[in-house]
Amino acid sequence: MFDSLKEKLQDVFSGLAKRGVLSESDVDAALREVRLALLDADVALPVVKSFIARIRDGAIGSDVLRSVRPDQQVIKLVNDALTEALGGDAAPLNLATNPPAVILIAGLQGSGKTTTAGKLALRLRSRERKKVMLASLDVTRPAAREQLRLLGEQAEVGVLPEVDQETPGQIAKRALQAAKLQACDVLILDTAGRISIDEALMSELRDIKKLTDPHEILLVADALTGQDAVNTAEAFHNAINITGIVLTRLDGDARGGAALSMRHITGCPIKLVGVGEKQDALEDFDPARMAGRILDMGDVVALVEKAAETLEADEAERIAKRMAKGQFDMNDFLAQIRQIQKMGGLGGLMGMLPGIGKMQRQIAAAGFDDSMIKRQEAIILSMTKKERVSVNLLNASRRKRIAAGSGTSVQEVNKIVKQYQDMSRMMKKLGGKSGAAAMKAMMGNGMSSVGAAGGVMPDMDALSKGMGKLPNMPGMPGMPGGLKGGLPGLGGKPSKKKK
Amino acid sequence: MNWFQKLKNGLGKTSSKVTSQLSSLLGKSKIDAASVEEIEDALIAADLGTKSAIRLAASMRKYKFDESVTSDSLAAALSDGITEILEPVATPITIRDDVKPHVILLVGVNGSGKTTTAGKLAYQWRADGKSVMLAAADTFRAAAIEQLQIWGERTGTEVIAGMQGGDAAALAYTAMEKATVAKTDVLIIDTAGRLQNRTELMDELAKIVRVTRKLDLEAPHDSIIVLDGTVGQNAINQVKSFREVADVSGLIVTKLDGSAKGGIVIALAEEFGIPVHAVGVGEDLDDLQAFSARDFANALTGANQ
Repeated sequence: MFDSLKEKLQDVFSGLAKRGVLSESDVDAALREVRLALLDADVALPVVKSFIARIRDGAIGSDVLRSVRPDQQVIKLVNDALTEALGGDAAPLNLATNPPAVILIAGLQGSGKTTTAGKLALRLRSRERKKVMLASLDVTRPAAREQLRLLGEQAEVGVLPEVDQETPGQIAKRALQAAKLQACDVLILDTAGRISIDEALMSELRDIKKLTDPHEILLVADALTGQDAVNTAEAFHNAINITGIVLTRLDGDARGGAALSMRHITGCPIKLVGVGEKQDALEDFDPARMAGRILDMGDVVALVEKAAETLEADEAERIAKRMAKGQFDMNDFLAQIRQIQKMGGLGGLMGMLPGIGKMQRQIAAAGFDDSMIKRQEAIILSMTKKERVSVNLLNASRRKRIAAGSGTSVQEVNKIVKQYQDMSRMMKKLGGKSGAAAMKAMMGNGMSSVGAAGGVMPDMDALSKGMGKLPNMPGMPGMPGGLKGGLPGLGGKPSKKKK
Repeated sequence: MNWFQKLKNGLGKTSSKVTSQLSSLLGKSKIDAASVEEIEDALIAADLGTKSAIRLAASMRKYKFDESVTSDSLAAALSDGITEILEPVATPITIRDDVKPHVILLVGVNGSGKTTTAGKLAYQWRADGKSVMLAAADTFRAAAIEQLQIWGERTGTEVIAGMQGGDAAALAYTAMEKATVAKTDVLIIDTAGRLQNRTELMDELAKIVRVTRKLDLEAPHDSIIVLDGTVGQNAINQVKSFREVADVSGLIVTKLDGSAKGGIVIALAEEFGIPVHAVGVGEDLDDLQAFSARDFANALTGANQ
């Protein structure tokens, strides 16, 4: 949907790159693109305006004007400012008080409050060894209390039993008493979803706050939220003075500009993020990652972490050695295919790579997708052990047999053999080159073999250089070049580096 | 209270903003470049997205204003522009008489309001004198089945349900069978919320669609994506992905009684031309209303009805 900001900025500056000096109007042109990128990422308009104004002041007369690669400078500037604006340091929950510490959870309907309450209970019980009680004050939504009770059981924490006909205020009082009696460390109060303009419901929330004197008041908000995020955050903050924000559905593909909007409007830290349907899918908020996401720079950290997680180091080293000796065979090819699958398939990988928006479409258009990888796997699996080691054995009748065995066609078998041959040839050639170059070459190759014009691929080399964060793009396991040299560096988290 | 009033209550805040943001335009004799930019901003703040906002704002330049721009004439002009985009997509759901059951599949991301919408739809068709069956195919979320069952009780509708954690496709198939035998007019299948980039969950949805087709090749007769009115530009990805997987044929926008503007429907109409069936404007049973392009445009822009 969106072209990456990086590409747009490259366009803006393409005519200027050699001049090396930027005027105010150049900065303005760049910031117009930044502005659109932020708006496309659902950052609210007033927030975008003040953010851009601040960057502009910082940009003019600073490094940007002397920069050799102005587009990169602007990106870095914006990225840093965004990270800063999203909240520099981690903001843990504050539960230091006479127990029970009360956590009040509020938000719009469908933002994920009940699910978050359940996740939070599990996290506090298992990670921080707290005795937790959950109580639902939601008497509006059908089966909301039932839902919280089930989640409480899954998290193995206490849940306040339901009593019919109670008001939320009465339940809150009873919950507080019960939590005290049972010597709970934490009481989590889940409330009914409400629209921000409903005065009656907002004043109910104020009453609950008065009654329970919560230590943390968390606004649960959906990362898919659009411009309304400012109104929501403002309304809840005005009513009950929230202490923090929980951003849910960050496992979706929304750019999540709402994070910046709400942080900006309330000044409250984003404390936690929901990243999946499982009950342990609640994580600490990472401003640097979020900044990259909003700017569509790809979640490089996630990519690297995922790579480190799924990669079997021994296996990788084995393949790297074999490749160096020119012994790369179909078994290694298969291992790589499986590595890609483990990391969430091509789609998963591509989604995490920076500036790949455009490329993703081209790849899809070329039919270079996960089903193709599956077919390739099937083809290799239909080869005999001998065939896998020496591909030269594959004569016409063997290829026919393999096609039949894998449910594909001889053409497809031919294609994969050619791809393999190109790849091993390339690998010998690329012995000492950088991983990014190898990857580019490989991708270009893969693409042309499935009928796409290799020329339309963006310059991966430039991309990886531009992303100063990525000293070792070879971190892409599964891609042949990546296995050479880059892997040992994977353990670190490049983006945590201080800029 | 009719839905325009409800919508207006919700959008009221927005409308006043749209006009107040544009106050510097008032009194001018025509829309100039600077004004276009201001209109753009006001539209972007209503979730139209940059693309649609820029296009719609630019179209205002051609608009003929008598003498000078007033807040009324400007609102009317914008309302006209928006109505023109939305008119072709404002189509109510038509229940076919020649198929029993007419299968409605509700899909969407988590928390968009599918279960509530299922209940409201059941209420609406029950009130029309149709026989309705609800299928609780959200077997994932805790208490989702109970939630739908409560809607069933409220509307006097039979709910076909299985166990939590059960196979959603199997449940959908069972419900299809039962509704076919009972010659039920409408079968509403409520599915689990899923983010569109989660392949395995989208595969499950594809399977639900496949099994309904085993009993009726044309099923589901309406595949409806339920969108939260507060959603931003991600709605475009949502519609795209759900369309691919579940042949989404129309959409329902919920929670428009809040401060959200739902301007995303304009972007969606331009991008996909996808029918907008109804809007949810409150928590009561009858708070799901047929979508009217003009009413929506008027409420959004603050134009007079």
